[in-house]
Amino acid sequence: MKEVIRELVEAYGPSGVEDQVRDVIRARVEPLADEVEVDALGSLVVHKEGTGEGQRVLLDAHMDEIGVMVSYIDEKGFARFTTIGGVYPLTCLGNRVVFANGTMGVIGMEQKGVDLKKAPKFEQLFIDVGATSREDCPVSVGDAGAFVRPLFAQGTRLVSKAMDDRIGCAVLVDLLRRLEETELAHDLYVVFAVQEEVGLRGARTSAYGVDPNLAIAVDVTRTGDTPESKPMAVELGQGPAIKVQDSGMIAHPMVRELLVEQAKAAEIPYQLEILERGTTDAAVMQLVRAGVPAGCISIPCRYVHSPSEMVDQRDVENSVKLLLEVLKKP
Amino acid sequence: MILKALSEATGVSGNEKAVQAIVVDAIRDHVDEIEIDAMGSVLVTKRGTGAINLRVMLDAHIDEIGLMIVGHESDGYLKFRPVGGIDARLLPGALVQVGDDRIPGVIGLKPVHLLKPGEGEKVAKIDALAIDIGAQSDEEAKGLAPVGTYATFKTEYREFGPTVTGKAFDDRVGCAVLIELLRGEPQPFDLVASFSTQEEIGLRGAQVAAYRLEPDCAFGLEGTIADDIPKEKDVSPTTTLGQGPALTVMDRSFIADRRLLKLLVDTAEALDIPHQFKQPGIGGTDAGAIHKTRAGVPAATVSVPCRYIHSPVAMMNLNDFDNTVRLMRESLARLTERTLERERK
Repeated sequence: MKEVIRELVEAYGPSGVEDQVRDVIRARVEPLADEVEVDALGSLVVHKEGTGEGQRVLLDAHMDEIGVMVSYIDEKGFARFTTIGGVYPLTCLGNRVVFANGTMGVIGMEQKGVDLKKAPKFEQLFIDVGATSREDCPVSVGDAGAFVRPLFAQGTRLVSKAMDDRIGCAVLVDLLRRLEETELAHDLYVVFAVQEEVGLRGARTSAYGVDPNLAIAVDVTRTGDTPESKPMAVELGQGPAIKVQDSGMIAHPMVRELLVEQAKAAEIPYQLEILERGTTDAAVMQLVRAGVPAGCISIPCRYVHSPSEMVDQRDVENSVKLLLEVLKKP
Repeated sequence: MILKALSEATGVSGNEKAVQAIVVDAIRDHVDEIEIDAMGSVLVTKRGTGAINLRVMLDAHIDEIGLMIVGHESDGYLKFRPVGGIDARLLPGALVQVGDDRIPGVIGLKPVHLLKPGEGEKVAKIDALAIDIGAQSDEEAKGLAPVGTYATFKTEYREFGPTVTGKAFDDRVGCAVLIELLRGEPQPFDLVASFSTQEEIGLRGAQVAAYRLEPDCAFGLEGTIADDIPKEKDVSPTTTLGQGPALTVMDRSFIADRRLLKLLVDTAEALDIPHQFKQPGIGGTDAGAIHKTRAGVPAATVSVPCRYIHSPVAMMNLNDFDNTVRLMRESLARLTERTLERERK
């Protein structure tokens, strides 16, 4: 599974330009599915037919990651930028970004009028791609950049710039692999959605298209287990977090119970998650058409939306196990 | 120029019927079906030759920002609230027209002679302002402008060279572009269009219009922000007047479909049509609502740059208008099923 994780978390895919991630996933899941389709906004919809006795189940993870977009290039070839999704100025300075055409850049900061004791404002930051003029600048206004960090694994911990939510994608790819020889009662749709980080956009339209009876998102959630962190009863390595509620949704109690019961029965460690700020694709999936019972399995993740997001491999593996148990249930 | 009639018409969000009428009149002889939907948007079908199996949606919004009367003072003044993004700094001293009968009024303010030290440096809060229509009592004021009456800025459309000024170019200029496109020859595919209501208060008309029209892709036509006025430093300019249609890559409401954006850029470059990119990350338009309807609609937005939008008087350049019409017309002529195919590596 680590190879899948590496390939996915190192791929380039800020919101709106998820093509590389989609190609990686598609190559892996095409042999495992009955039908694979790219929908109108670019989400990958993978269908594994059921026996007709079960439900129409949608599992979702989003392919996009946060990033930056070039908004202006000055006469010296420095690129000003805006953010794609929830990027913090604190984690920008000195960081490296890569563009779809392979161009790398570093984020620098103006020096005049800057107070080094305070977090910079985005207007004070710029991307240096090594250009000397507007004319020889290899990026253009509108080009999207992703942060650059290779995966590292140490003990059971995994660290990357895009655990949110490639680790969810990895869980669902691995799930499909493990289901290869299994005949499911449920009609299973696995959606790898676009544009979550800019407003849960891809999952909404994909869920409309799939029209499921049950929807579960697989995403990351923050933890409360680092020094002086804000209180939150989720820890790394203590099992997948079963969503109770977040600021965008209340998980359907039936879905939450289903997840808890299956975890208990199979002796899979789990935690219950209440997230005060933030939400997932499940929030919009539950509101499409006439409504869909929806829930979420969250993989605990430290330093979410920084270039070094940390998860625990055991939580990842247990998430796959939990989903397998859920799908076995009629 | 139909832009004059569109700009001078009053049509604050929720009360767009005057603009509706101008639009219907302008396109009636050039399209196959016209329908006013439940939200008041004008939905249009212009059937194509059938050579290409696509439904392509064009959208412009017919509403504008404005004011709504919410109460009356005993001495005849009208209290109001903003409808849409009103800048409180621009209200004192503004000429307005109240109600469908366009009763002239002015948003009054204390004369400069009476200001206390420092008072002139503060922006008056909207709560503290009132519209004066010359009524003598609350009875008279209630009779002329009951609660719920709309008011708009009173601004005449003027042309001087390629530069024009007027109110509500956001988005009557988009409406004018859309009318021009609908008056052209039929396309190989079906064109469906929405002159949408209630954009300024949350992209509301377009959301249901797109649901009804069920297009394969969509183009929003807008009048957008040009903040190219003199300033000390600008690390990310919005758009510039006279430099052609502005293409949106990403705003707060949507990310433009890369395939449609490529079609627009390739067309502009092939035909040497001036064009520019709108500063990414700001604003939001109907495309934001349209692209999320049903199972999703690839969308793009093309805008005419306008200075001073959401103020009593905006300014734009007619060359930008002509180039926007041309870019859209030529891009539509090049649009095929293949435009929407995805590359796979």
